[in-house]
Amino acid sequence: MSQSNKSHWMKTAAGYAAGLLFGLGLAVSGMTDPARVVGFLDVAGAWDPTLMFVLGGAVVTTFIGYRLVLKRSAPLLGGVFQLPTKRELDAKLLGGAALFGIGWGLSGYCPGPAIASIGGLSLPLLAMLVTMVLGWFAARRFDA
Amino acid sequence: MDWSAGLQGLAGGMLIGLSATWLMATLGRIAGISGIIGNLITQRPKDDSAWRVAFLLGLISGPLLLMALGGGLGNVAGSPGEVIGAPVGGVGLMLVAGLLVGVGTGLGSGCTSGHGVCGLARLAPRSMAATGMFLLTALVTVYISRHMLGLGGGV
Repeated sequence: MSQSNKSHWMKTAAGYAAGLLFGLGLAVSGMTDPARVVGFLDVAGAWDPTLMFVLGGAVVTTFIGYRLVLKRSAPLLGGVFQLPTKRELDAKLLGGAALFGIGWGLSGYCPGPAIASIGGLSLPLLAMLVTMVLGWFAARRFDA
Repeated sequence: MDWSAGLQGLAGGMLIGLSATWLMATLGRIAGISGIIGNLITQRPKDDSAWRVAFLLGLISGPLLLMALGGGLGNVAGSPGEVIGAPVGGVGLMLVAGLLVGVGTGLGSGCTSGHGVCGLARLAPRSMAATGMFLLTALVTVYISRHMLGLGGGV
């Protein structure tokens, strides 16, 4: 196997491992249950704090992990660290986030759990995945 | 309060953090689902798609692996043996919700993972603002639908 082929497969395997860990994390934490997510957002009802633990555990782990990783000059498998450089808080960012929050509150699904739940596919979830992808295409038109 | 659910949340969150750290360490990428998969589908970036497809397959296989292990480590509310919970709404509601999530994360360049996990961990001002905003509109949406429109358990 040539050197570039080998590196290609290692990158693909690293991507799979990242996805698998992410999917396991969502499943272990219960984020593949939209009722838990809506329960967290329902502060005036029977509040479910689980999501707070998930986000807290994820942010703290990533904060420490990034500190260690970003001391290196480059990623282990080559290339460069691709970190967002934009700084401005524009209407597109805030308007997009606002729309996303409404959809998240209505369904209890953000993109990760919606996709990770494909193994338990139902008609409502399929409907959501289809319009989510259409929404991604629609959002691209704003960038044109 | 259900402490075991919270502990599982913490453990799962740490796995998500390990995933984000691993992806940055190996490929130098932010673990944002809407970015990784949205760009894969809408742009099909040449020479930059294979790891995205692999990530997508890994993401789907995570819960399946947990189910294959017997499902005892799932954390579905009210049914501890389950791994994947049922949708809270019907097809009509989910069509609308999906469009809002797609357009919103597309325009806002990120979702709960990209802004909420990776962005907050980087102390990025844009991600803090985005996370505050989507949490706010999600809280208001649930309040209105459950407590003002009286759409009980499922919306």
